Amino acid sequence: MTDQKRQAAFDSILGVLVLVAMVAALYMAFLQAPREKTMGDLQRIFYFHVPSAVMGILAFAVNFGASVMFLIKKDRRWDNLALSAGEIGVVFMSIVLITGPIWAKPVWFVWWTWSPRLTSSLILWMLYVAYLLIRTYVPDPGRRAMVSAVFGIIAFVDAPIVWFSIRWWRDIHPSPMLETGGLSPAMRPAFYVCVAAFLTLFLYVVRRRYFLESARHEVELLERKIF
Amino acid sequence: MQVGMLAKIWAVFRKDLLIEVRTKDSLNAMLFFGIVVLVIFHFALAGAGDSIRQVVPGVLWAAFAFSGTLGLNRIFAVEKENNCLEGLLLIPVDRGVIYLGKMLAVTLFMLFAECIIFIFCLVFFNLTVWEKLPWLALIFFVGTLGFAAAGTLLSAISINTRMRETLLPLILFPVVLPVLVNAVEATNVALNGTADGGLELPLTIMSVFTIIFVTISYVLFEYVLED
Repeated sequence: MTDQKRQAAFDSILGVLVLVAMVAALYMAFLQAPREKTMGDLQRIFYFHVPSAVMGILAFAVNFGASVMFLIKKDRRWDNLALSAGEIGVVFMSIVLITGPIWAKPVWFVWWTWSPRLTSSLILWMLYVAYLLIRTYVPDPGRRAMVSAVFGIIAFVDAPIVWFSIRWWRDIHPSPMLETGGLSPAMRPAFYVCVAAFLTLFLYVVRRRYFLESARHEVELLERKIF
Repeated sequence: MQVGMLAKIWAVFRKDLLIEVRTKDSLNAMLFFGIVVLVIFHFALAGAGDSIRQVVPGVLWAAFAFSGTLGLNRIFAVEKENNCLEGLLLIPVDRGVIYLGKMLAVTLFMLFAECIIFIFCLVFFNLTVWEKLPWLALIFFVGTLGFAAAGTLLSAISINTRMRETLLPLILFPVVLPVLVNAVEATNVALNGTADGGLELPLTIMSVFTIIFVTISYVLFEYVLED
């Protein structure tokens, strides 16, 4: 019990931290960061688009790790973590796929184009929606955990092959600006604050989702004891 | 008595082959559905005119994939009848062996169906392909093997869910996208010789996908079958 209380206290602190970080991110992205020369304020969506993509991929990596660990240890806690990360990854990827077209319409004059980066993001999102679908359709918790762990591994192994298989297509999407040094130094602080804010959000939501799933599991066990 | 692994795989393979030869359930469905898909695409693309040759590879692989999905569903559905799956699990072999036997059986069914669907495709779309046949055969073989490699594992997953056959296409197509994209690309090169690259890149990606998925599925197959 004390452990649960300690976790809850930690979560409250983390929640406040997320709130502060998010306000800071909004301030940095909308007020502190300079106006982009050609795109104007439109470019500011970048501060939310890219961190979401980073968190999405991070979430899928966590899902993969937890899936592998579940198959090795057969401990339900790893499955709870895999589910939490998978669900939140889908949310972050959805944000990426929604903010992308909003930016693209005025800049590229189309909502969507089948460039490698866009296509593989969409397929990645579809893979993890499929992951969540499988979970919905397996009633038995033990089998659900097993089967979804297998699919979680497949999805994560498949993602790079998807990327390589379409990479020769002409890519209109801006290349990662940090690697190429294309992101102006004046914009970097805002970007890093946004990444940090999204990371705290990611940790907070994964933790909350994880504890919700653990509680559900506990209820399930208690129910089984009664009936 | 020690039985070699190949003999074990052969035994599972032969069993499925025998069932199919005697009932012809899957093949009839696969063939007919493949041809129906070709007809539908013909009407969908009625306005394409002379550029129809450019889209034939895509149409062909859509027909292969849709008809293959039926075959993949059947390969485990037959085991559901009369609880045959339990009998299958009782045979003293590694679960991976069952996977390999089933996977090869599906591949064979699909290749057989593809040959006939392809003949219909030649007739419907007025193609002459004599000198290209060896390349096409190679592309069909590698593509089908990759498709069946991922498909057999996912079929074992979906057949044990509440949704049964309905779930397979939803989880299969995002995963096998690399194979389909590259198979279409390679078929396009072989048929029209117009694409940017040669056959090497798409064939390599398809082969890499196949090797990775056969290996993963061989290892993970024991987790997806009910005990």
